[in-house]
Amino acid sequence: MSDFDTEIDTSGLNCPLPVLKARKMLNEMNTAQRLRLICTDSGALKDIPAFCKMTGNPLLSSEEIDGKLYFIIEKGA
Amino acid sequence: MAKKLAIIASKGTLDGAYPPFLLASTAAALGFEAKIFFTFYGLQLLKKDLSLKVSPLGNPAMPMPVPVPSIVQIIPGLEAFATWMMQRKLKKKGVASVAELREICLESDVELIACQMTVDLFDFKNSEFIDGISHGGAATFLEFASEADITLYI
Repeated sequence: MSDFDTEIDTSGLNCPLPVLKARKMLNEMNTAQRLRLICTDSGALKDIPAFCKMTGNPLLSSEEIDGKLYFIIEKGA
Repeated sequence: MAKKLAIIASKGTLDGAYPPFLLASTAAALGFEAKIFFTFYGLQLLKKDLSLKVSPLGNPAMPMPVPVPSIVQIIPGLEAFATWMMQRKLKKKGVASVAELREICLESDVELIACQMTVDLFDFKNSEFIDGISHGGAATFLEFASEADITLYI
């Protein structure tokens, strides 16, 4: 799993909270810093890539381990 | 240039409150400029006191633990029960509250516009509404909607 600078665990939270919490955290981060976002909302599987694509914050990796989704998002310029 | 989302919120029920606030807060997170125009019963969503309800009456699609015939749904307290049940379910499933989503909308600069005509129609007082909203009419909405990428009537 890639390295990261900050982590948010949204386990148990449903749409759209993972996206909103990721947005809030990314606003406080510097360019090129990495956020690890943990989700149990299965909709996040599509929502987080869509969020990353639209906001220009590259999604470096996504994986599912034991029913949880782990995303590494890099803060874009 | 930022994409734009224009929404008309015309419903004042608990279930009707979700789509406008949820989509506008998410749109703001995606970098959209978003505005919601609250008209008729949608104005309830701008009240300081958010006592939104949901009713199974006239809503045959609402899942109920046991089937409740329409004639029984007029019994006082059934609406309160259905609302309590829905709120409990929302909480249990980790869904944000309407107040929380509304707060995020305000924090992320979603413009919340109260339809002045319906404010006057229902004799609502500005003191009943939350701070940070604006007022406008049909032309205000249409001007923004004419440039919007997405326009929704909810």
